[in-house]
Amino acid sequence: MSWAPFVRYVLAVALAPLLGGVIGKTKAFFAGREGAPLLQGYFDLAKLLRKGTVYSTTTSWVFRAGPVVTVGAVAVALALVPMGGAPAPLAFPGDFLLLAYLLALARFVTIIAALDTGSAFEGMGASREAQFSALAEPGLVLCFLALARNAGDLSLSASLGALSFAAWRSHAAVLALVAAALFIVFLAENSRVPVDDPTTHLELTMIHEVMVLDHAGPDLALIEAASWLKMWVLGALVVGVVVPVRTGAAVIDGGVFVVAMLLLGVAVGVVESAMARLRLLRVPQLLVASGVLAALATALISG
Amino acid sequence: MGAFLAGLGLIVSGGLASVLVGRRWRSRAAVAGIVAGSLCGLVAAGRALAGGTTPAMHVSWPVPYGSFSLAIDPLSALFLVALFVLAPLAAIYGGRYLEEEHDGRSIGGVWFFTSLLIAGIAVVLAARNGVLFLVAWEVMSVAAYFLVTFEHHRDEVREAGWTYLVATHLGTAFLLAMFLLMGRATGSLEFDAMRPGAVPPALAGLLFCLAVVGFGTKAGLVPFHVWLPEAHPAAPSHVSALMSGVMIKTGIYGLVRVLLLLPSPPAWWGWLLVGLGIVSGVGGVLFALAQHDLKRLLAYHSVENIGIITLGLGVGLLGVHAGMPLVALAGFAGALLHVLNHALFKGLLFLGAGAVAHAAGTRDLDHLGGLGKRMPWTAATFLIGSAAISGLPPLNGFVSEFLIYTGAFAAALTGRGAVLAAAAAAGAALALIGGLAVACFTKAFGAVFLGEARSRRAASAGEVAVAMRMPMAALAVACAAIGFGAPWVLASIAPVLGLLATAFGLPAPGPQIETLRAALTRVSLASLALLAAVAVAVLARRLLLRGRTVGTAPTWGCGYAAPTARMQYTASSFAQPLVDLFRPVLGTAASGTLPSGPFPARASFASATPDPADRRLYRPLFAGAAALFGRLRWVQQGRIQLYLLYLVATLLILLLWKVR
Repeated sequence: MSWAPFVRYVLAVALAPLLGGVIGKTKAFFAGREGAPLLQGYFDLAKLLRKGTVYSTTTSWVFRAGPVVTVGAVAVALALVPMGGAPAPLAFPGDFLLLAYLLALARFVTIIAALDTGSAFEGMGASREAQFSALAEPGLVLCFLALARNAGDLSLSASLGALSFAAWRSHAAVLALVAAALFIVFLAENSRVPVDDPTTHLELTMIHEVMVLDHAGPDLALIEAASWLKMWVLGALVVGVVVPVRTGAAVIDGGVFVVAMLLLGVAVGVVESAMARLRLLRVPQLLVASGVLAALATALISG
Repeated sequence: MGAFLAGLGLIVSGGLASVLVGRRWRSRAAVAGIVAGSLCGLVAAGRALAGGTTPAMHVSWPVPYGSFSLAIDPLSALFLVALFVLAPLAAIYGGRYLEEEHDGRSIGGVWFFTSLLIAGIAVVLAARNGVLFLVAWEVMSVAAYFLVTFEHHRDEVREAGWTYLVATHLGTAFLLAMFLLMGRATGSLEFDAMRPGAVPPALAGLLFCLAVVGFGTKAGLVPFHVWLPEAHPAAPSHVSALMSGVMIKTGIYGLVRVLLLLPSPPAWWGWLLVGLGIVSGVGGVLFALAQHDLKRLLAYHSVENIGIITLGLGVGLLGVHAGMPLVALAGFAGALLHVLNHALFKGLLFLGAGAVAHAAGTRDLDHLGGLGKRMPWTAATFLIGSAAISGLPPLNGFVSEFLIYTGAFAAALTGRGAVLAAAAAAGAALALIGGLAVACFTKAFGAVFLGEARSRRAASAGEVAVAMRMPMAALAVACAAIGFGAPWVLASIAPVLGLLATAFGLPAPGPQIETLRAALTRVSLASLALLAAVAVAVLARRLLLRGRTVGTAPTWGCGYAAPTARMQYTASSFAQPLVDLFRPVLGTAASGTLPSGPFPARASFASATPDPADRRLYRPLFAGAAALFGRLRWVQQGRIQLYLLYLVATLLILLLWKVR
């Protein structure tokens, strides 16, 4: 057993908040602003961790359980993701199901923590989150299935490990479909434009941000950390498909992977600068489209 | 077998005693009988599941083709374990629940029929003769009818009772036809004497279809499910738990048992089950989303879970047909484990729903809320049940769904054409069901236990008695234990898988079980890691907050200073986007008046989701049948002379026929 998977895990945890900085800088570039510093994610976490907290009088232990279970579930999910060619610390046949359901667990507790406040705004956000994530689920699972079928193996590490630039030359259509479907799921699950707008200032129009309105201090820090980690988890899948660099040298593979992750942040920034959020009624169509793309990819791969 | 029979005897005599003894002892007699009998039954079932051979019992019976043939093989044992774990807990709960909810009516009858229901299910699961099976099936079904109509002074309960009675007997009619045809083809109604080879393929297909309709009606497969959302809410909650937890599983048991008695399954059987499973699973959870009544919501989730189980069986059959042992065993293992899991978490949820209804006086989700602070035990156990039924790790629901997924995906890995399509559809459907179940149970849990109370009764509700809390706690612990101990649980059902593998002509399942066990070991490892990660986060937060100000304040309301509980998002509003999206399927109708003008007067809103299978399929069907039979009404003229004439004419015809 090599240490590479664990080193990557620690690096991922350390670098995840950087992704937010890259997205912010990209958006600032398009808007012609200076923008927040690249390390803003770290500054936010440090600030929140130094604070006390305030709990709503309506809430119970469920509200307090929300952030800790969320961050725990996402932290375990990260251990299932192969990064930069190295297998994940925890890999077994069907691991992607555990990954999908750990993210569902994180969502479940976030939603009930939001409902615990009794706020109509948070209820509204929770309702939308439940709807969109339910519709995104088949797409995600079918993407995994397409990759597994391509590799002939039911573990995520083997599925992504089987990809290479040669595979892109022979299976370009299939991989492009999978990448597109995964990218849609990535945007939806991480509450980015065109599904959700993380920078909106109206409670009525938010989805994820409104669900955590009443969290403060270390609790909010845990939630922020969990959302950066979740972005890294799903981002690593997109990058694993799109940039399958396999030189064999851990440093090069890992380095390329990190650069690709940051470029993914740039891509998110470009998407957010170039288009507006979709109307809420249109979002299901986008999510179903991702499922259809993934199903098509599955069908196109000859087993 | 001795322990099993002793258990049956204890259960039935407890039920009889509760009718005979004085008022104060009724519940105690029955509960004692059920608990002691279930323990005996568990011993017998456990021995059979551990691989020990239990001698079969065979006593002749004067009924034509009938005999008292009983045996417990690992397949029966697995279902019996679910029964004998849930039954005593439900009985203990019911002992307390009925004391407070009987409204002055005698509870001796309830206990008698509860005992009969449990004993009937046990005999159904152990019967090895077609006639005995059908008799036990009827005892079980009719006992359940009397339990469903316990509150028979209410119109809707009587209505539900009728729906159930008609449905169950229509189902039994199909089973009767199936056993008759099977008996004729194989020459015996003894299961052990039926040789699968004796059934020609065309007849086997017909028998399979009869079994799917007959057993599917009991199990609640769409479109035979219409009785289920009516009957389950009508029964007392501990009976709902038993009905949903184990009674409907006899349908699954029957289907599997009949599959063992038929020749090797052709591919279309697998496709049919996968298709029915997908329709039931997705349909069940969608209709659950649209419900306002907590127990009705849970009843639709039973349809969903039966769908998941059927999906697993279908995947298993596909694997058998395609010659992929891993697919077959993963599908069967997932389906069978889900039977046990569903008994645990659905039992738990129904008991929780009963506690809520008991404490708050209503099951209407839109009138509840905030019970978590006043009923912490019920809330915590209901939360565990909700997470388990949504298939979330680290609980038991995830384990069985993981196995079914593994089966489907292993088939999709190398399958082509129809196998690939069925397997991919199964995977996508499971994912959708999972996502929708999360939406539905966050809705149910949130509306009942979180936020502020939406009615006065809910605001003054208190925690239920210890005798009602303990069974829920025990079931919650069991859900977690199966989740964390998944590899051991899989190993303990290995004899069942061995039995199925032999019956379907697959190689000995050792290597496949080892593969699945290895994967489940990693899942358990991840579950432990999850527990550790959450513990670290809790500790970190506690350390960080030490010595800092931890204040309390009202929930942020965008600066509005006088929010009321009625401004909260309700269960209906929470589910509205999804219900709207699936309106073509659900046909939810909303009515009411919107507020208008600067000084709005009263406004109202109501929505209802009647079951389309009932409205579009059964009502026209029964109306047509009624019209058809109405034509025969001219026979009834209401004159005594005419009826005498009928009698004489009949006698004459019979005489002539005999004399000829």
